[in-house]
Amino acid sequence: MDYDPMRPIWLQVVNRIKGSVVTGAIGPGEKLPGGRDLAVQFSINPNTAARVYQELEREGLCETRRGMGTYVTENRETISALRTQMAAEATDRFLRDLRAMGLNRDDAIRLLNERKDTDHA
Amino acid sequence: MLESRELTKKFGAKTAVDNVSLAMEPGHIYAMLGPNGSGKTTWMKMAAGLVKPTSGEVFFNGNPVGIESRKDVAYMSTEPYFYDWMTIESAGKYYNDFFEDFSMETYLRMLSDMDLNEKDKIRTLSSGMVAKMKIALTLARDAKVYMLDEPFNGIDLLARDEIRAAILKAATPEKLLLLSSHLVEEMEAIADRAVFIRKGVLIEVRDLEEMREVDGVSMADRYRSIFGHGEVQA
Repeated sequence: MDYDPMRPIWLQVVNRIKGSVVTGAIGPGEKLPGGRDLAVQFSINPNTAARVYQELEREGLCETRRGMGTYVTENRETISALRTQMAAEATDRFLRDLRAMGLNRDDAIRLLNERKDTDHA
Repeated sequence: MLESRELTKKFGAKTAVDNVSLAMEPGHIYAMLGPNGSGKTTWMKMAAGLVKPTSGEVFFNGNPVGIESRKDVAYMSTEPYFYDWMTIESAGKYYNDFFEDFSMETYLRMLSDMDLNEKDKIRTLSSGMVAKMKIALTLARDAKVYMLDEPFNGIDLLARDEIRAAILKAATPEKLLLLSSHLVEEMEAIADRAVFIRKGVLIEVRDLEEMREVDGVSMADRYRSIFGHGEVQA
């Protein structure tokens, strides 16, 4: 099972697709699989797959053209805004983890600056 | 679409299914859950018209199940019922003769999707291969209801993935799928509703995404809280 079974699966798939759009793995204007193919591809219930597209459409990240299928938005501002939002969320997670270890924002910045000199960045 | 009303089955002193009223709709994949001996198979066999209820009835589209409904209700049992001489292909021909809605073309496509060779003799197959063949035989019918009893039992991870894909491909909005298994995790993402049965008694039917969203609880969590301590927790 590739999902956290305690959280809604539609939300986890939405986040994965958003991730692919932000990294460019799925390009602007690219056609997405039909709902039932999405279900097979992600190994999820077809109703969950339908919910995934409803949510992506609601957020303006994809659009369904009648009889044509579902496409990623070509609006680069929308994609850019999504990237900003996801980066903010990643930063939040990072800071939250450090706070749990008793480290503050300055510690975070110091750790990041030290990281610059290593091969991992 | 498929409904049991006050359905009861007794085997001697033992009550296998106890007054179960349950309605299921097309466009959903139901997971029927309960430990061994909780009445899942008996319920399915009655819904398939293979076992006669002690009391109560099962209805398919408003009509009592029987010879007629067997055309629309496909049931995969846990028992193997193939002859030693049969190949995967001849098992398909056997089904083709038996069921009007069986499609040899669909069967062969599913075999190839699941990496099975139709010329192989059934007695030479691993248990995972037999499980995949049984799935293909059942899903190659153009039925309205598919009931699969223990589709994931005794098979390896890769075969389970293939079976999941085959099930999802068959799940169109006008069809009803019912899977029974005690391998709860296998069904967590592909089912959207869960039917919990304990000692023959229906406990509840839940929408899984709603349960995750509202209660932050997985199907496996719910299973543990219902069956784990011998007490039902609300």
